[in-house]
Amino acid sequence: MSGTSTAASAPSGVRPARPVAVGSYAGRRRAASRSPLVVLAQSLTLARRGLLLIRHDPQRLFDVLLLPVVATVMFAGVFGGAVAGSVTAYLPELVPGVMVQIAVTASVVTGVQLRDDMDRGVFDRLRTLPISRVAPLAGSLLADVVRYVIASLMTVAVGLALGYRPGDGRGLALGCLLVVMCAFAISWIFAYLGVVMRSAQAVQGASMLVLMPLSFMSNALVPTASMPGWMERVAEVNPLSHMITAVRELSAGEPAGSAVAWSLAGAAAVLLVAAPMTVRAYVKEAR
Amino acid sequence: MRSTTAAIDVAGLVKTFGSHRALDGIDLCVPAGGVVAVLGPNGAGKTTLVRVLSTLLRADEGQVRVLGVDVARDPTTVRSLIAVTGQHASVDEALTGRENLTVFARLLGLSRSATRVRAAELLEEFSLTDAAHRPVRTYSGGMRRRLDIAASLIARPPLVFLDEPTTGLDPRTRQEMWETVRALTAHGTTVLLTTQYLEEADQLASRICVVDRGRIVADDTPDGLKRSLGGLTLELAVRRRTDGPRMCSLLADVADGDVITAPDGRRLTAPVRDLSLLHTVQVRAGAAGVELDEIGIRRPTLDEVFFHLTGPSGTERAVSA
Repeated sequence: MSGTSTAASAPSGVRPARPVAVGSYAGRRRAASRSPLVVLAQSLTLARRGLLLIRHDPQRLFDVLLLPVVATVMFAGVFGGAVAGSVTAYLPELVPGVMVQIAVTASVVTGVQLRDDMDRGVFDRLRTLPISRVAPLAGSLLADVVRYVIASLMTVAVGLALGYRPGDGRGLALGCLLVVMCAFAISWIFAYLGVVMRSAQAVQGASMLVLMPLSFMSNALVPTASMPGWMERVAEVNPLSHMITAVRELSAGEPAGSAVAWSLAGAAAVLLVAAPMTVRAYVKEAR
Repeated sequence: MRSTTAAIDVAGLVKTFGSHRALDGIDLCVPAGGVVAVLGPNGAGKTTLVRVLSTLLRADEGQVRVLGVDVARDPTTVRSLIAVTGQHASVDEALTGRENLTVFARLLGLSRSATRVRAAELLEEFSLTDAAHRPVRTYSGGMRRRLDIAASLIARPPLVFLDEPTTGLDPRTRQEMWETVRALTAHGTTVLLTTQYLEEADQLASRICVVDRGRIVADDTPDGLKRSLGGLTLELAVRRRTDGPRMCSLLADVADGDVITAPDGRRLTAPVRDLSLLHTVQVRAGAAGVELDEIGIRRPTLDEVFFHLTGPSGTERAVSA
């Protein structure tokens, strides 16, 4: 190309240029494929990486292990008597409420940890691999499904210890599943914040600003009828309220109703909007 | 066609960050095979160049082809041909060495059994077998870099970028790293490495591109580069500042290039060919009644490379640094 560069001669001891056989790097070629199966396999491999990170650093689970204990015991004691007359009578309302609150809070942590993760070198390597651009994000978010599962199960366990007796165990299990699915969908919102914001602290701050009103201006802890008119209307359209109602209905043995449908539709909508936005922001960040 | 394709072929590459031109018109053609070193100080644009070549950054202007593939047009194919080891370890601290290799191997489409075999091979090759089950955060700096390079070699890429592979390593570990880089090319891999150390480029590369302020200011073999520097530097300090100019003209008679006077007016450096000049200069200075505080001959430093390649503004910067 330039005159100076071609003038460079190889001194003795350096082997001459070898032919470069592009086609022989079969694995890399396969990795470059964009078939959905390959993308899924890559996402699952990176989800496994996320699980290994959790296994080697169990502190990552502190929030989902301890928050359910603290929140359930505390809210049961504080609000139980006032809202439902007794702790036991309050638990069928409270357990689904706390479960949803904590699962969504755990999905915030997903976004914060994603930012932290992206600031380390591994994401640079992932960017130079011929893999799908979705896989690193999907992998991180999929691994955190484990966190939502633990959060749900812990809340139920603490509830049971306090005297919670769900009307329908199978229904409650379905409710937990619903919460985990919704938390996964919602985690893409916080993943988006994680990708576009500069620091993990900023993500944490911004996410809490979204999370606090969403979490408390809902039917999670108290009946919405006790709220001022405007807040009651906000609480009723709050997607978290729909999720909580859905879990309450399912765990009481009622057939899946509109709350379940709204929750699933909401999760699907959030996923369809937030996931592509996040991936686009992630790809753009490399420019 | 492929067999004659250059490993790296860059023309008119410009990359700006705001008003700062990090890369200011780079032309570079690297044939396949061997090690090419990109040498320059911090902020010269070395890392930016590597990031553009490895698809991490997009060029603002210019043509960038890696193994014949246009980086802007087909980054995925480029990614399937290269591997990058960055300045900061791009492995997971919390995971073990083996787990790190396994994750990347699986991502690259190796089967479970092929992954096991390849990971074991690489761990052995980089003397990490004993540490394979330990989290990377317990590794020494050298082990971490070795694992990082091992992770880059999983799919035997024909082109490997090493961005400052020895920065921050102690001298012994640096030597080990050099062995590693040499072994890489034995497999026919092309290596582009960036470094701040002239000695490192000298040790490893068959070709050195000196980068300064986003431009390639020299592109030669190590020998060629050293010849252009005169090989040795005579350095002295006169006791009285007023003797500076006289000493300067004395030195100019024997020097193999321009004599540089430092801003303090007392310290002079000049490229020379021959160690015996040390004595000659001392004798001549004595005869002229110039008292010397210090005198010595040493290998050229990177600062002097820059003076010769970039002109006087380079030395001002080096002196003030």
